[in-house]
Amino acid sequence: MSQPSMSKSMTVGESGLAALFAVTAFLCVIAAAKALDAPFAFHASLSAAASLAAVFVILNRYFERPAALPPAEINGRPNYNMGPIKFSAFMAMFWGIAGFLVGLIIASQLAWPALNFDLPWISFGRLRPLHTSAVIFAFGGNVLLATSFYVVQKSCHVRLAGYLAPWFVVVGYNFFILIAGTGYLLGVTQGKEYAEPEWYSDLWLTIVWVVYLLVFLVTIIKRKEPHIFVANWFYLAFIVTIAVLHLGNNPALPVSVFGSKSYIAWGGIQDAMFQWWYGHNAVGFFLTAGFLAIMYYFIPKRAERPIYSYRLSIIHFWALIFLYIWAGPHHLHYTALPDWTQTLGMTFSIMLWMPSWGGMINGLMTLSGAWDKLRTDPVLRMLVVSVAFYGMSTFEGPMMSIKVVNSLSHYTDWTIGHVHSGALGWVGFVSFGALYCLVPWAWNRKGLYSLKLVNWHFWIATLGIVLYISAMWVSGILQGLMWRAYTSLGFLEYSFIETVEAMHPFYIIRAAGGGLFLIGALIMAYNLWMTVRAGEAEVQAPVALQPAE
Amino acid sequence: MKAILTVHNLASDLVTTIWTPAFVAIFLAIIAYALWPRNKAAFDEAARLPLREE
Repeated sequence: MSQPSMSKSMTVGESGLAALFAVTAFLCVIAAAKALDAPFAFHASLSAAASLAAVFVILNRYFERPAALPPAEINGRPNYNMGPIKFSAFMAMFWGIAGFLVGLIIASQLAWPALNFDLPWISFGRLRPLHTSAVIFAFGGNVLLATSFYVVQKSCHVRLAGYLAPWFVVVGYNFFILIAGTGYLLGVTQGKEYAEPEWYSDLWLTIVWVVYLLVFLVTIIKRKEPHIFVANWFYLAFIVTIAVLHLGNNPALPVSVFGSKSYIAWGGIQDAMFQWWYGHNAVGFFLTAGFLAIMYYFIPKRAERPIYSYRLSIIHFWALIFLYIWAGPHHLHYTALPDWTQTLGMTFSIMLWMPSWGGMINGLMTLSGAWDKLRTDPVLRMLVVSVAFYGMSTFEGPMMSIKVVNSLSHYTDWTIGHVHSGALGWVGFVSFGALYCLVPWAWNRKGLYSLKLVNWHFWIATLGIVLYISAMWVSGILQGLMWRAYTSLGFLEYSFIETVEAMHPFYIIRAAGGGLFLIGALIMAYNLWMTVRAGEAEVQAPVALQPAE
Repeated sequence: MKAILTVHNLASDLVTTIWTPAFVAIFLAIIAYALWPRNKAAFDEAARLPLREE
């Protein structure tokens, strides 16, 4: 194994990280022994095992590798790093199916409450954050990790920065998901929507996220392409803003360093305002900016057309950045939040309609001259329909933020319908489209195993979304109207339980829609699996024959 | 109403007064940069960036 020409030694990163994980493993064992509650002991033991595994993997990787690290270029072409991308793409599909399945379970629990089985671990209250975190942070997060690492390399024409760092980001992020998710089932939660993970998971995510930012930034700094492509701006805004939001919303003091429970630094309406400043910008920068980056790279690439208007993409980006951060108060209409703050949030939400539609038009019009491809390429169709859903839900959102509309819609299923037209239609479809493109590219395959299966996925999932959102519109408006109905004597016309009973048929339709969406994802997983396992490898043309475009 | 005049009060007054016009000015400058005729060729080239790879 030893090469006489070059002496092999560990990099600073390898030895440093191995030592750091060894210390962490030791500290986690102590934490597990002194734990005040069972979930904390479980998480500390899990972290100790994971740290030991990390030490083993780092050392093993060192012994297996040649003396020289992978070169940045081979024959003058960038030696792109696809390993971490493949890992995140696989994890995205795994968590996607898990998250959609848990969604189907909780939708069924709402329709048939007996399915809670009176067990605390699988009760609606614990599974609901598991569903939201699994689909947003686990599925969506891995899609963003995979695509951002791919796009930044390809559009900067340079290999991803770092040797172990990209692996630390993708594996570390998925370990955060594991800790957060198992925590919910065991009852560990901060009780803040979309920010449920407790203090120790938050600290770990902070470390992972800073490394993510560094890998991304250093790759951009090393770029061979003078211009920073617009998708990278969107990814960077996503990474930076999520860091700020995460730190802003989670300054909590643990009751003990050996226990899972913590208390937030501020309470009352300040906490509520911070929470929805965080919550809405998680929508704006995690579920929008990051996935718009996917739109700006994958749609032109798949349609083989340039971006319709690059100027519009610049204005789109900065308008989103300037406006989104102010929209959070619309989650707190008619609460203790000062009235002027509510109006401010409403005003900025309405203004957001313009950049959102600017972006939608830019994405759709990129197909000009290639509209016929929608007939033949179901992957492109998925990407384009996702942009249409983006337009629809970014029209609906500003409308619902108007206070009089919100007085009817708030706390009803309409909100759930709105979220899912964005989540299933926009984020889901753009992610599916991106993965259908990315898997053959990253694994160097000629194409997908079956476009016919993509077509089936598209139609089954679309039908599922239509069932889901139309059921929730009817249910939500019905619910809102029943809540505000008075008799001639001024009494409420319906008791609360009567409004719950009225929802039952719509909850069944919603669960059916979610079931179809899950079936679509299972078809997709099979298709991608077969693409990797049985797909024909793409023949790499010799360098000399590359067209000098 | 602020009873005491401090550097901090002055600075915070200045910031709260000025940020709206400042942000508007920055945003208008960005729009001007995006629409400036001389930049068009470079942006048209950038729009093709995903298409010219490897």
